[in-house]
Amino acid sequence: MDTVADWFKWLYAAHGINLTIFYDPLDGNRFLRGIGTTLGLSAICIALSMVIGIVGAWVQGARSALLRRLVQGYIQFFRNTPPLIQLYFFYFAVGSLLPRVTDMHGAQVPPVSNITWAIISFSFFAGAFNVEIFRAGIEAVPRATIEAAEALGYSRLKAYIHVVLPLAFRVSLPALNNNLVNLVKTTTLSYAIGVPELLYAAAQIWSEVLNVREMMNVLLISYVAIVGALVLVMNRWERAMRMPGYGV
Amino acid sequence: MAWTPDQPIIRIADVHKSFGPIEVLKGVTFDVRKGEVICVIGPSGSGKSTLLRCVNALVPIERGSILVEGQEVNDPKLDKLALRRKVGMVFQQYNLFPHKTALQNVMMAPIHVLKQDRNEVEARAIALLRKVRLAEKAAAYPGELSGGQQQRVAIARSLAMNPDVMLFDEVTAALDPETVKEVLVAIRELAAEGMTCMIVTHEMGFARELAHHIYFTDRGVIVEHGPPTDFFACPRDPRTKEFLSQIL
Repeated sequence: MDTVADWFKWLYAAHGINLTIFYDPLDGNRFLRGIGTTLGLSAICIALSMVIGIVGAWVQGARSALLRRLVQGYIQFFRNTPPLIQLYFFYFAVGSLLPRVTDMHGAQVPPVSNITWAIISFSFFAGAFNVEIFRAGIEAVPRATIEAAEALGYSRLKAYIHVVLPLAFRVSLPALNNNLVNLVKTTTLSYAIGVPELLYAAAQIWSEVLNVREMMNVLLISYVAIVGALVLVMNRWERAMRMPGYGV
Repeated sequence: MAWTPDQPIIRIADVHKSFGPIEVLKGVTFDVRKGEVICVIGPSGSGKSTLLRCVNALVPIERGSILVEGQEVNDPKLDKLALRRKVGMVFQQYNLFPHKTALQNVMMAPIHVLKQDRNEVEARAIALLRKVRLAEKAAAYPGELSGGQQQRVAIARSLAMNPDVMLFDEVTAALDPETVKEVLVAIRELAAEGMTCMIVTHEMGFARELAHHIYFTDRGVIVEHGPPTDFFACPRDPRTKEFLSQIL
């Protein structure tokens, strides 16, 4: 480990490339925690946005016109407004309406933390797109296949869970892939409300060490790696769900 | 009044059905007795398939009555699951679930809908696949099977629910001539075991051989019916004569 640190110290001394994250324990920890926060935030938002997508797509097929319109309104709201403004709206507008609570140290703090607002905001943002993505997948499931399930005694919900969703999912995966990649990149916006994710950690480091150029490269490479890993997993999943004998 | 097996298993009385301005069924009446095989033949668009789909409530009827084992199908409070447990259906386009293997296709409904024990269902599903001579294709996906093989899996899938009546909706119409036979053999064996069958078909030779009773429909009404020997030897109605002269 020391040899790695020494090499980066040498790199700075010899060439002026200052990557403190590899030899300074404080910066190293900040950076790792930043990556951890970004990964955690991304994972939770991916999961929640998919739940929102699945439930929303189910409700879009409901009999109640009111329910359908509500989902439509939700999609329009979150799709047609910038995610940074949505985040600000939740954190500053909605957050300031909530009563303060007393924390363990006796301080008056907001009941919902900034990271929770980021999770809520991004999940709804990506969820709005997921609803449309899953709806397109559901519409691609042949009516006759659903009819076969009905003829076997499946209720609408059971047919949805066991037949419609698994098939719609396969159709939706490429579009879902894109949206989740976007979601991971969108998590950097939470920098604006002080969530200590990767961009925040990098900014902290470069404002102290003044190694903006180096950290920018580190940031880009980190996101290439994180999103690359996500795409790899999604592609594996797509292959695992392949139906033999069909193109999909 | 409770239904007893000596009464007709299906009683169709004065059934009317329209799709928009087009009246597809204009008062169809007949009975099917337990163990009976009836074939419905007639030109395209004469309402044969619609009639079948009305029997298991895939299509609601507007007027008239359909009793299946004494249960009224034309009833807003109809227990569709109870009805569809009694009535199995096989479709022209097989409509297998493409994301599941042949064996899983057969096992799904008894497990999901009837909540039966998985091991017991699996043993029965294997036996059913053997019965339709597809034991060696248990692990194949629908996309890897020929049309005739898929249709036999569909028959096994329907039989796994232990129905009292089987509906066959032009089940050989989408098949290559050489695979038609293997499907007809499976149906013939089923009929020989005493399964009540309602068959919509264009296979006149098959209808003549298998049916106890033939119904000829044209433009939403039953024009003529009778045992196959009489029906094919001396049709009375000019429309039947014309149809048979074109098809035979």
